Amino acid sequence: MPILELQNLKKYFANQKAVDDISVKINKGDIFGLLGPNGAGKTTLIRMITGIFYPDEGQIVFDGKKFDPVNDVIHIGYMPEERGLYKKMKIGEQAMYLAQLKGMKKNIAFEKIKEWFVKFEMESWWNKKVEDLSKGMSQKLQFVTTVLHEPKLIILDEPFSGLDPVNSNLIKDEIYKLAQRGSTIIFSTHRMEQVEEICNHIILVNKGKKILDGTVKQVKQEFKENLFSIGLAQNLLNINGDAPFEIKGNEKGNTVIKINEGNSPNDVLSYLLQHGSNIHSFNEILPSLNEIFIKLVEGTPSTRQFQAQ
Amino acid sequence: MNKIWLIIKREYITRVRNKTFLLSTILLPLVIVLFIVGSVFFASTSGDSKKRIAVDDKNGVLAKFLKSDSSKMEFVFNAGVDTSNFAGKGFDGYLYSVDSVGKILLLKTVKAASPETMDRIKSRLNSAYVSEKLLEKNITVNEVDSINNASSSYYSVDNTDEKNKNVNSGINAGIGMFSGILIYMTMFIFGAMVMRGVMEEKTNRIAEVIVSSVKPFQLMMGKILGIGAVGLTQLLLWIILITIISFAALSFLPSDMMAQVQQLQNNPGVMTPNVVQYSGTAKAIANLSSLNWGLILGMFLFYFIGGYLFYSSLFAAVGSVINEDPQEAQSLMLPIMMPIIFSFIIMTSNVNTPDSPIMVWASIIPFSSPIVMMSRIASAPPLWQIAISMVSLIAGFILTTWFAAKIYRTGILLYGKKASWKEMIKWMRKS
Repeated sequence: MPILELQNLKKYFANQKAVDDISVKINKGDIFGLLGPNGAGKTTLIRMITGIFYPDEGQIVFDGKKFDPVNDVIHIGYMPEERGLYKKMKIGEQAMYLAQLKGMKKNIAFEKIKEWFVKFEMESWWNKKVEDLSKGMSQKLQFVTTVLHEPKLIILDEPFSGLDPVNSNLIKDEIYKLAQRGSTIIFSTHRMEQVEEICNHIILVNKGKKILDGTVKQVKQEFKENLFSIGLAQNLLNINGDAPFEIKGNEKGNTVIKINEGNSPNDVLSYLLQHGSNIHSFNEILPSLNEIFIKLVEGTPSTRQFQAQ
Repeated sequence: MNKIWLIIKREYITRVRNKTFLLSTILLPLVIVLFIVGSVFFASTSGDSKKRIAVDDKNGVLAKFLKSDSSKMEFVFNAGVDTSNFAGKGFDGYLYSVDSVGKILLLKTVKAASPETMDRIKSRLNSAYVSEKLLEKNITVNEVDSINNASSSYYSVDNTDEKNKNVNSGINAGIGMFSGILIYMTMFIFGAMVMRGVMEEKTNRIAEVIVSSVKPFQLMMGKILGIGAVGLTQLLLWIILITIISFAALSFLPSDMMAQVQQLQNNPGVMTPNVVQYSGTAKAIANLSSLNWGLILGMFLFYFIGGYLFYSSLFAAVGSVINEDPQEAQSLMLPIMMPIIFSFIIMTSNVNTPDSPIMVWASIIPFSSPIVMMSRIASAPPLWQIAISMVSLIAGFILTTWFAAKIYRTGILLYGKKASWKEMIKWMRKS
């Protein structure tokens, strides 16, 4: 059963369509990538899912029921891209405050915070002030306060920006663990290598419309260009016109070929074997999400300013 | 509701725990009371030390009417001194006539005489001459005394007051002015505090985190109520502290002055023959304590809370549309500050005519009523005016809060650019 279903969501602002008819189903336990260039409407979409904005049209179904912002927000944890903390507040109090705003009881919140602080080696921070923290440290604190109340749906907007690799991995591992325990994670970013690594389901949004939807694997298959990388003992010097492929170039000592329409990799291999080639390796080259992203988005006048209602 | 309570608690506790809050709470009443008591004390006791003045009274006229008084002035007649040796014989001054009939007098002093001393001597000389003239018309010395006393025991009595308490319009104006200024100041202080709080939440980028848990309206109201509670706490502490300190300070006043105060309190408005001898300070203290402090304090609390609620939501709305640049705040704050300043001007320029039409209107319109009505309260305006003023203030702050919430809701999530007035009006219209 999907945890979240968006049905024909629309949000129009005065001079643009920030979200224009987006529908998507997100399954329980998914790590869902919400991709798109700046100003594509990601933030507006997320703000509707978190109950900050009301959609102009369409419906949100959360956990099988119509989304009710007032009561359902306690099941959602949201770490916005523009995030911060009260600078003058002590870290422990801050975490307690945010936890209580999410409806946690004081004593339970206290126990949970301590648990997470131990996990992230932050035990000694309780009485420090936020203004004394480095950016990475406060990011860790923000992550803790986002997931503390064990929400069914966790929305992370650029969660790794400003984190060093060690802390990035720490948080990445926690994201996996949360997903395993049944939380669903929506992950908004334009860092494609992270998406490829973490997400199993992605959509790409541009100019308020969904232009891509599927698993990472599906998407890559959809955009593959039948390119293969072949490692041979000698370079292919002369190929006849009857070869089932054409040579596209060289890459790190391997030859890159494109299989002609109507032929299969088997045809290529048998052709090469017939011509006495000595094959070391034969790999399909799939496009990276980055390439797909750029291909789809480039050229569209996409840089729009966010406009509020 | 529970969430608003959490927000109120946080706003309240973080501010009350702040050192500047403690400091300003304790220091302000101390400074005020010390200032008042100090000036009263110096005016009533020291001022000028007692002056001994030798008088060359050729005609024997001055000796009859120029009376020494124990604390300020001692006249010694025909002490056998002259201009050259009066200082040596322990006198502060030598008063002698330079013409034969004793009409033109000259005072020679060791040090330059203060204007106060000069005035004192001048008025005594004048009354001495008036008395002498009266004597020449065959009026007895006793009659002269009673004429002098009668002419100076003027007292105004407010005949609308059933208890026939003496009402001193000067004191009322003073109280009104003071309350008005206090409301004016607190409105700016706590209004600006709300604005800064909202700005802080926006520039720290915590606003979006919070509004994913609570409604923007709850966040705004929580902040306004929390800071309002801080303001009330501070005011109550000020009132308590000022009361304690003033009672402590009263005990330092000269005991005869306190006796006069008590006498005035016991027999208000009764013109005793010796009423003229009450000092101004004693009258002021007696008048202050005869005012209806319960009403004044109650009204003060109402207009403080009402005025605060009326304006603070507007300050919150301004805070929500500003980005990091505090300069932006100035132009947006101006339209809010204008009515406050304007009502302050109305109050200060009309404080002596509390029942004039402009004061009546300004004390009913909620934009100016907190300041202006407070300045009228001590002179007991008609009840129906107070009632209309209170109702319209309540309606007013419900309206401003409603408008402000619409701007706030959008402004708080808008980063990067300042919203124009046109845009804000658009936000208000939409939804």
